Amino acid sequence: MTGKTNYSNSQLTLLVVLRVLIGWHFLYEGLSKLVNPDWSSVAFLLDSKGVFSSLFSSLATNPNVLKIVDFMNIWGLILIGLGLILGLFTRISIIAGIALLGIYYLSHPPMVGFSFSVPSEGSYLWVNKNLIELAALSVLLVFPTWKKTGIDRFIF
Amino acid sequence: MSDNTENNNGRSGISRRDILKGMATVPVLGAFAYAFYRKRKHTRQIRNSILENINLSTDDNEVPVANSQGKKIRLGLIGFGIRGPQIAKAAGFLHPENVESMKKGAEANSADSRYQEFINQEDLNVEVTAVCDIFTVYAKKAQETGANIERKGEGFKPQQIPVIYNDYRELIADSNVDAVIIATPDHWHAHMAIEAARAGKHIYCEKPMSWSVEETYQLRKTIKETGVVFQLGHQGRQTEAYNKAREVIDNNIIGSVNLIEVTTNRNTPNGAWVYPIHPEANPGTIDWPKFIGQAPWHKFSLERFFRWRCWWDYSTGLSGDLLTHEYDAMNQILGLGIPDKAVSSGGIYHFKDGRTVPDVLHTVFEYDAYDLAMVYSATLANSKSRGKVIMGHDGYMEVGNSLTVYADRDSTRYRDKLKKGIIDPSLPILSYVQGKKNIDAVTSATEQYFAGRGLLYTYRGGKRVDTTHLHIKEWLDCIRTGETPSCNIDRGFDEAITAHMGTMAYREGRRVLWDHENEKIV
Repeated sequence: MTGKTNYSNSQLTLLVVLRVLIGWHFLYEGLSKLVNPDWSSVAFLLDSKGVFSSLFSSLATNPNVLKIVDFMNIWGLILIGLGLILGLFTRISIIAGIALLGIYYLSHPPMVGFSFSVPSEGSYLWVNKNLIELAALSVLLVFPTWKKTGIDRFIF
Repeated sequence: MSDNTENNNGRSGISRRDILKGMATVPVLGAFAYAFYRKRKHTRQIRNSILENINLSTDDNEVPVANSQGKKIRLGLIGFGIRGPQIAKAAGFLHPENVESMKKGAEANSADSRYQEFINQEDLNVEVTAVCDIFTVYAKKAQETGANIERKGEGFKPQQIPVIYNDYRELIADSNVDAVIIATPDHWHAHMAIEAARAGKHIYCEKPMSWSVEETYQLRKTIKETGVVFQLGHQGRQTEAYNKAREVIDNNIIGSVNLIEVTTNRNTPNGAWVYPIHPEANPGTIDWPKFIGQAPWHKFSLERFFRWRCWWDYSTGLSGDLLTHEYDAMNQILGLGIPDKAVSSGGIYHFKDGRTVPDVLHTVFEYDAYDLAMVYSATLANSKSRGKVIMGHDGYMEVGNSLTVYADRDSTRYRDKLKKGIIDPSLPILSYVQGKKNIDAVTSATEQYFAGRGLLYTYRGGKRVDTTHLHIKEWLDCIRTGETPSCNIDRGFDEAITAHMGTMAYREGRRVLWDHENEKIV
């Protein structure tokens, strides 16, 4: 990083809007799972396709591992969401978000010939919304808006 | 970090401008909290509005603790072909070769939990003291199964080896046998059960309860006179979703039921009873006259021995084998009893293999007292899943391992809620998934999708249990306590008469009636 954070007002505003929108999405994904006592990642994991599918399925078959996976997923989503919205520990939140989206993408890659039990709401070939959200987060990582707009401004 | 130069100036004294800029996105959280609150409130409103006046129990019945104390119950196994070994497994006995293969399966694939489930299956405090099969290979297999009291694969040491009988009468007469499990061809069920009851043995009998109408009366009379504990092998009685379905009916959620649709949808040789023929089977290893019994004489036939369900001489066809499970589920949910009328049609349309029983069958049963009809539609040559559906004026219910209830778009009861959009007829108003903690009012399409496939909650929370195990356990508990099992002789009587009415309607090509007063088929 160069240290230059002199963006124009519109550049900064739109980058922050993007950050907040992605944060909102993460936060609600996490909270909606938290308040549903029956939610579990088991079905999602068992439905995995592609090179890593056996790894994801094996997570689902061990009840103790599954509990940890569910816990980390729910709280990961919530904390990443809060981090992005508030601009708090933003860098680490973005990196964690990229990792989580990467896992989602790899577990359900939209490759030719794969079909999933949960039909997706759009049409995807190689590229899906997880991948786009991941790319958007990567952009945010190299434009450190939190140094201007975010609680990190007072910390770092 | 190197890029803090700009802020470093303000570090000593953070200005008001700094704070405003830094905290600019905090109000978003307030908006989020408001939106989240509204969403939750909306969901809760819909849920409460649907659940209004609906009182369903929200907890799963725990698996009851078996009453296995006291003296061991000594079992005699009669018939050890396909179903016999499955029931023995449910009672805690599995042939060492099968244990070993399950163990290997678990080692090769950690998702394969059959071995662990069998090892963890509750000990019912029973032993197998005698076995009987007229095919020597099966008899030996039954004996080794009964002797595998340690549930071992490799390293199996036979202990308390059961006696092999070639004649079921000798097994019944054995004073070391307290109770028998009958898993023979249909034409033997009632004969064996009657003799066992007369000898004071308790009975677990595979479905259908009888091969002929006459036997049905005799068996009921004998069981009532002798007072032995009788359980018919409809393990569906232990299916939790059926109990919930009964609550849905009791609470009048789908309105007055007018039509029930139950189906059989199979498309494999095994499903069509074309079972494999054992390579060691021949007139020397099979006691053929004992297979025939009171059936019309026929010369030795391996097809008839292994695929007996394909011939009326020994079988009750689709009615006895598969309709009975569907019927018993409905009898459990709705308490229907015996229908007033039955008509059937069908034929041998796909399996031109010399069989005499149809492979496509439709039977319609009419219940005058309930103002409803039950349609049974079966094919052995297509596997499109059609499920069990109970249809009422206000909604319909699909029953399986899960349970889903939908409102009818033209329902009277839900008219207001449908109009206001509170109820969407394309989404279930109630759903129940076995093993899931509570009843949900509104489920997402995704959740519904998995529920239908039985994928949800399979590996989580409560143990997965074999319904046949629970059914056997209930029978054994009743033997110890003197209570009556769920699929007792009266429910068996309902089942057998209903199946016979369907069969007679098909074979005689006429409408068959039940005279409730005189308990006669006319």
